[in-house]
Amino acid sequence: MTIQFRDETFRDDYTFRNSRWAIERFPFPFHEDSFMYSVNMEQHRGGPAGSVYEKRFDVDEHYVSEMRDRALVLAEDPLRCQSLPHMTLAGWDLLELIMVAKSEDYPDLFQLHRDGDRWRWVNRPLGIDDTFTFLDDTTLPHGPMEYITRQTQGDFCVLDQRDDNLWMDAGMVTTQADWSLDFDLGMNFFEWHAPVPKAHEMGIFQRALKFLLNIQQGAPARRLNWTMTVNPLLDTSPENYHRWGIQKTTLTPENIGRKQHLRVELQTFFRLPRSNALVFPIRCYLCSFEDLTTVSKWGRRLHRVVRDLPVELATYKGFVDNRPMMLDYLSQFDDGLPTSPGIWPDLETEPPLRMG
Amino acid sequence: MTKFDFPPSIKSRPVWGTLQARPGRHHLFVADAEGAQAILDVATPDLMAGSHIIYVPRGADHADALRALEPAQFHEGPSYAASVPRLRRALQDAKMGLQVYLAGTEGVMGQAMAEAVAAGIPHTAIQTEHRGSTARRMQCVHCKGITEDVETDPFVCAHCGLNLFVRDHYSRRLAAYQGVRVDAEDHGNVPEPRGIYE
Repeated sequence: MTIQFRDETFRDDYTFRNSRWAIERFPFPFHEDSFMYSVNMEQHRGGPAGSVYEKRFDVDEHYVSEMRDRALVLAEDPLRCQSLPHMTLAGWDLLELIMVAKSEDYPDLFQLHRDGDRWRWVNRPLGIDDTFTFLDDTTLPHGPMEYITRQTQGDFCVLDQRDDNLWMDAGMVTTQADWSLDFDLGMNFFEWHAPVPKAHEMGIFQRALKFLLNIQQGAPARRLNWTMTVNPLLDTSPENYHRWGIQKTTLTPENIGRKQHLRVELQTFFRLPRSNALVFPIRCYLCSFEDLTTVSKWGRRLHRVVRDLPVELATYKGFVDNRPMMLDYLSQFDDGLPTSPGIWPDLETEPPLRMG
Repeated sequence: MTKFDFPPSIKSRPVWGTLQARPGRHHLFVADAEGAQAILDVATPDLMAGSHIIYVPRGADHADALRALEPAQFHEGPSYAASVPRLRRALQDAKMGLQVYLAGTEGVMGQAMAEAVAAGIPHTAIQTEHRGSTARRMQCVHCKGITEDVETDPFVCAHCGLNLFVRDHYSRRLAAYQGVRVDAEDHGNVPEPRGIYE
């Protein structure tokens, strides 16, 4: 299908909206009626047609506006994109991976013409047509990682692999769930995850690291992660938390359906060929409670997950104070009927909400 | 007592050790204040014959005791910042096998470690020992300014003036803990400051 790119904002007047198409393909992160951490990895080798899993780098109706928001963040704070000196080759690896994948997966939107190391890149939605020399930094307007990630939805962490660990040595991070690339740059896998409660004790990170260290070229992996965000604010950074934190207190029973968003990260993992680095794209999808609950299965399930989440997790994810109001709202979409297994909306088979 | 038992914490928080003399011809010590006592505890004439000590007293009076160890080189700096050019030169001149020893406050150890790492020494090869003040070097995540010697939580950022709470999340690259606005979700509601370890 041809994507109709929306002209919208993720700040100030918040004109971001999801179309019906975007709602029904939303990566709902709960495969059952409760949630606890797990190493929920699977191979990233496509998925149902039209789903966010289908392509290697999903492009959706928010693409152009998200890239405009990223440019605003970077203009305000260039430290959101950093690369330690030894990571430049990995940046080129990433540029190649994305250009090849997008030109193959979306030939009507992106084209890559290669003549030896002379490359021409055409990005139609953003109106870019650049010719450059592969592996020659001086032929691009930015470093290779910054150049391509200014044109690709989602945050990108580029991880160096050494000493049986992964090191956060480069990244483009403007749509993050409240963590600072500038602060975490140079940390290893356990260090940058240090603030996460419970998961260390459960052995989650040891197992996840073992899995990630063994990811091979051509065999990417993926998982979903989630949190909650008031207003469709992409840049929930610690850098700006002193400005956006107060928005959490603006929820009312009348506006919560429109303002409260489930924030889902599609995390994927690709081995890069020359550098042996691992790239970790973190793609953020937002959906309002009002829109989510139009899918009867998701309405039932979201209520149960939010209700039963351990308090440490609700605190860490930053919504413990708003949880009672969320539950008041969500309970009207839970009629107690059972839900089908898995994350998919199952629109044809799940019963509509039985009105009480 | 100059030693302090830090409570268990998260995995980004540094764990300080106890200095031990390691074999080798070249030894570089960087210490501030009570950190001198950790050097005095490991010093032997053999070790000192190959040692360069950079010491910042910060009001402590151990300089003469260190000088009396007769290290090959001794430098007493008026502040850590004033000692950095000398430290960089010592690291630039380092021979294979140089042993690096850091002692004293977290702020000075952390900054000297970042210099040594920048010079190519793996952080795991650097010995440390905490002595003296438990004050922290804090980075404001909002304005990026560093506030030195923070003893209370919350504290006021010396640069932007926001009231920040003290996290245990620590960056070796910045040699600082992270400070985050404490009243971001309820402006003006700033708790009474308490000692970080109270």
